[in-house]
Amino acid sequence: MARTLITVPRTAKRDEIIEIRALVQHSMETGYRRSSDGDLLPRDLIRRFTCRFVPRVAANSNAASTAGDLIFAATFHAAIAANPYLSFNLRATTSGTLVFSWEGDNGLAQTETVSLLIA
Amino acid sequence: MKRRSFLASSAGLVASVMVRPVAAIEQSSVLTALVKEYAAGAVVREGRVKFDIARLVDNGNSVPVEVTVDSPMTPQQHVVGITLFNEKNPQNDVAQFSLSHLSGRARVATRIRLATTQQLVAVAKMNDGSCWTHTVEVLVTVSSCIEE
Amino acid sequence: MQPSTQALQKDDTQNPAMLWVKDGEALWNKPEGAAAKSCASCHGEISRMKSVATRYPAYSSTQRKVINLSQQVNLCRVTQQQASQWPADHESLLGLEAAIAKESRGLPISPPTQRQLADAQKHGEALFNQRVGQVDLSCRDCHETLAGKKLGGNVIPQGHATGYPIYRLEWQSVGSLQRRLRGCMTAVRAEPYTHGAKELIDLEAYLAKRAAGMKLESPGVRP
Ligand code: HEC
Ligand code: HEC
Repeated sequence: MARTLITVPRTAKRDEIIEIRALVQHSMETGYRRSSDGDLLPRDLIRRFTCRFVPRVAANSNAASTAGDLIFAATFHAAIAANPYLSFNLRATTSGTLVFSWEGDNGLAQTETVSLLIA
Repeated sequence: MKRRSFLASSAGLVASVMVRPVAAIEQSSVLTALVKEYAAGAVVREGRVKFDIARLVDNGNSVPVEVTVDSPMTPQQHVVGITLFNEKNPQNDVAQFSLSHLSGRARVATRIRLATTQQLVAVAKMNDGSCWTHTVEVLVTVSSCIEE
Repeated sequence: MQPSTQALQKDDTQNPAMLWVKDGEALWNKPEGAAAKSCASCHGEISRMKSVATRYPAYSSTQRKVINLSQQVNLCRVTQQQASQWPADHESLLGLEAAIAKESRGLPISPPTQRQLADAQKHGEALFNQRVGQVDLSCRDCHETLAGKKLGGNVIPQGHATGYPIYRLEWQSVGSLQRRLRGCMTAVRAEPYTHGAKELIDLEAYLAKRAAGMKLESPGVRP
């Protein structure tokens, strides 16, 4: 499992625009590089990142929205640096859970969650 | 110091990066075509997008970039996508980002790879379908690498 | 170093080396080896490692030689945990070393006063001054005489090892000081000393003496 480092403020004021940062440990092997023996290193990329927000109330009152709202998504190509870093924003309206997912080559699929509290 | 022979003998070469002073630049035809395809018939204009990339970066393997778009990010008026293309890496795609009014701010930062001196473009697509661009030119100087 | 690289190092939420630190912190608490003991079971919280990294390389009375921090970690792994030794620059070894070094961030590099260490420093200094390789340059030629000058696009640094292990953009990964030193040797077309060789330990010992008093900034980020 890839190591991740997610930075989200623990609490936010209602309607505050918060910054979210997500780092993941991954070589982002392009498929264009050669090893010291001259063999082409097989491509191994994270292809997709998503961040969803599941409001706390919706999580138990409305089954349809437990997947939450997609607040940000990224499609990566070989030009994204190793150990991909992303920073983006969210308007905090209610307490809930942020769900981060990375998907990629060789069956990579990883999900992390972080809770957000509106003070 | 025998710099020539040192450079010639270095096992690998690293790229270090500089951005030309900001001035309107003529967009390369490669990028123009990519943007046109992405816009899929929508109007493409320069402006509203700001593509921030460090003036001087140490290594082309990891170049910090930030793109911000002038938009109120309301349900009525917001950015739906930001796309980055490069001119001369083996692949022109860098990344596509999806945003919504929930983002609150039309902004994304990441780190990218640059193989050589080239142009980069950031394209923002608004919810009304219009596209806005900012093109920058990045100078990647080949320099000595000190590595096995 | 450019401001963008410095910014990476300064901000833990952006510094990719923090991924390795997180790994190391998890390993610290994980029982390993035939002894099924974690580092924490003997040493307590990792914060107890404060200032340890400022004192390495140091003379080990049990080993009867000067060792660096990663060798000390491996030593505990083999003798205390009864687990297999990690090879040089193994991800887990780098993780633990980075996590331990981070506890000393901001503290001055303080090599201990030990007779055996003084010998190693002296030998390291001789190696530092010795011209090597087809390019016939010493460490000193580059890191003192030519420091600040440009080599291709890179400014030659003074060669103070204050941030190890480092995340190097060129490596796209975290690596040890020995990996860095081997790189400098390859660059001048000299046959690099093997990982763990006495010569590299002695060079490390001299570099620590040369940088004594400077603040540790591990895990650093370098081009
Ligand atoms: C069974 C107990 C035990 C375990 C488990 C253990 N150590 Fe140790 N450690 C010691 C002892 C005893 C010493 C001091 C003697 C020596 O140098 O070996 C020591 C010394 C050290 C030192 C040097 C401290 C200094 O002040 O110079 C470091 C660093 C260290 N250990 C790291 C680790 C790490 C990392 C792990 C887990 C991988 C670990 N130890 C696991 C017992 C242990
Ligand atoms: C040809 C010039 C040259 C020689 C000779 C050389 N180095 Fe270097 N060294 C460099 C350059 C250039 C860098 C920085 C590369 C970079 O980070 O972009 C460097 C980096 C370093 C660093 C890392 C400093 C830091 O900030 O992390 C250390 C330590 C170092 N060298 C030690 C040595 C030692 C010890 C030797 C002799 C065995 C040596 N160097 C020989 C050019 C040289």
